[in-house]
Amino acid sequence: MTVEGTAQRKTTRGGSKRTTAKKASPARNKATRPAEQDELVQLLTPEGKRVEHPDYAIDLSPEELRGLYRDMVLTRKFDAEATTLQRQGELGLWASLLGQEAAQIGSGRALRDDDYVFPTYREHGVAWCRGVDPTNLLGMFRGVNHGGWDPNSNNFHLYTIVIGSQTLHATGYAMGVQKDGADSAVIAYFGDGASSQGDVAESFTFSAVYNAPVVFFCQNNQWAISEPTDRQTRVPLYQRARGFGFPGVRVDGNDVLACLAVTRAALERARTGEGPMLVEAFTYRMGAHTTSDDPTKYRADEETRAWEAKDPILRLRRYLEAEGLVDDAYLAAVEEESEALGKRVRDAVRAMPDPDTMAIFENVYADGHALVDEERAQFAAYQASFADADAAAEEN
Amino acid sequence: MAVHEKITIAKAINASLRASMEADPKVLVMGEDVGKLGGVFRVTDGLQKDFGEDRVIDTPLAESGIVGTAIGLALRGYRPVVEIQFDGFVFPAYDQIVTQLAKMHARALGKVKVPVVIRIPYAGGIGAVEHHSESPEALFAHVAGLKCVTPSNASDAYWMLQQAIAGDDPVIYFEPKRRYHDKSRLDTEAIPDPLHTARIARSGSDLTLAAYGPMVKVCQDVANVAAEEGKSIEVVDLRSLSPIDFDTVQASVERTGRLVLVHEAPVFLGVGAEIAARITERCFYHLEAPVLRVGGFHAPYPPSRLEDEYLPGLDRVLDAVDRALAY
Repeated sequence: MTVEGTAQRKTTRGGSKRTTAKKASPARNKATRPAEQDELVQLLTPEGKRVEHPDYAIDLSPEELRGLYRDMVLTRKFDAEATTLQRQGELGLWASLLGQEAAQIGSGRALRDDDYVFPTYREHGVAWCRGVDPTNLLGMFRGVNHGGWDPNSNNFHLYTIVIGSQTLHATGYAMGVQKDGADSAVIAYFGDGASSQGDVAESFTFSAVYNAPVVFFCQNNQWAISEPTDRQTRVPLYQRARGFGFPGVRVDGNDVLACLAVTRAALERARTGEGPMLVEAFTYRMGAHTTSDDPTKYRADEETRAWEAKDPILRLRRYLEAEGLVDDAYLAAVEEESEALGKRVRDAVRAMPDPDTMAIFENVYADGHALVDEERAQFAAYQASFADADAAAEEN
Repeated sequence: MAVHEKITIAKAINASLRASMEADPKVLVMGEDVGKLGGVFRVTDGLQKDFGEDRVIDTPLAESGIVGTAIGLALRGYRPVVEIQFDGFVFPAYDQIVTQLAKMHARALGKVKVPVVIRIPYAGGIGAVEHHSESPEALFAHVAGLKCVTPSNASDAYWMLQQAIAGDDPVIYFEPKRRYHDKSRLDTEAIPDPLHTARIARSGSDLTLAAYGPMVKVCQDVANVAAEEGKSIEVVDLRSLSPIDFDTVQASVERTGRLVLVHEAPVFLGVGAEIAARITERCFYHLEAPVLRVGGFHAPYPPSRLEDEYLPGLDRVLDAVDRALAY
């Protein structure tokens, strides 16, 4: 792109935000279509103050509110533990969710048991909500498997590493739900980087034309490794939905209450036959893309510090404390629980055995394959030849 | 109506889809123009009328989307049979096929199955424009997790497709489009061979010709001509390209001592190269001549006015037969 082109692009982008939204709003039918705001849907400010939103209300019991806090604290602890385990050489890689706890816990807690989740590789908080044992998430990062859980046990599909591919699987799954006449919903997670993938665009098209019960939950964490969101799009991502014929909404991704409320509404729409919806959770990747990444090369400390002030856990804690919904004993208990979780994860990872060599040949096919059988037998014989040699050496 | 004395491959595939859909309500047909039109080759003709739009699904024109959503449907318990309109159009879906479809069962340690069948009309000889005549089978057979099959006659077309649909693995089912209207016998009450077995299409004693899909007929014609010259040619119809039934090829070569492999796809790194290597290893002391290959060139599929020269025909295969017999 030329310099002029870049300049023009920026101007258009900055200018289009409000005008498009204003044009759209008189025509929108609030009863059936959630609002498309150019402002964030927010129910809890960074200072921990509850605010109301005309389209998205939420009324949670003190226990539920405390539960969200506990979920986020434990998820953050697990994530930090995994990062440490990578630094210690116990994991080959880790993709941290630091900063995205509210987006994941809020959306994850909006789901019903019969709903189905198609995650990226960073949805550790959603996995937590689904009841997937956190230690199971670590196998692929340790290199002992490519996905260590049964997707159908918790309706939580395996992590997908190829960016955006899972949005089509979610759409197809949702088409199946629809054919079954079930009232479950499906949620596809993806990121700002994935929004450029053709598969994401195709999943929007398919879900729209078939009116599939799927929610597209985009965590816009501002960075696709080193590329900022303006390298992916010149319109706010949630606005893309309109061109495909379904609503999009931008939610404060660091506000667990707003993420919960908006995702609930989107899932409810899907369940009641109103089709797909795009939720853009506006958040921030506080850590590196993965443990192999070095964000100091491409982004400024000031930016990260500004987002620190919007921390998802801190704001809920402020609210809970101000409302007198938690006391020191509760906070200490959560702290203690998180320490215990950390220890359990550490112990589990260190004890995680390498798979048997012959696992290379397992599950390549469901019904078997002659070539796999032949190569397995040849390789087993080759391996056994060393055992024979070792035994002979011992005898001598 | 168990026996059709003469039925086209296209109609046999249609009957096969119909039988699969009747047998299992989870079987779906999806692809571009497969509904009202019945597909550009009319292979799915009438299916939507009989099974409804919910099971015979016209899709948006997006191959990755077709295969990606088919994977999702399979994860939900369906058995989608996907049509890719032409061989050269499969590549937008190649990512979903290779990174997702092929690997998902292994990734899930066997906990999920993705029984998706992808039908691809393939190969040339129909005078088409670019991207409508290609033979990309090696690109799929190379990928662990996929199975690849290709029938050469109506009976195999009928049975192999039902077997592919009934299995729990993803299968790429290559349809020899220039043979769609060739007629042969089909007995719908016969007991079919297992899916991944080769077939001796013609017995002979001097040389083995191994081929598949559209080239089986060429090889049978070659055998007829060679017979007039007093040469006895055995023709093996491979039928399955992943896995390959090496045992049947090996047994044939042990009888004949000579092997010529024939396919439309480029010779370089093609299915024939793999068979040549394996058979050389297995039959080293039986071989009277090097294993030869006849196939496409390392060039894009040519404009249709040149395809008769490009495609391995009677003369080019006979030339290879003569060269092998000259040893």
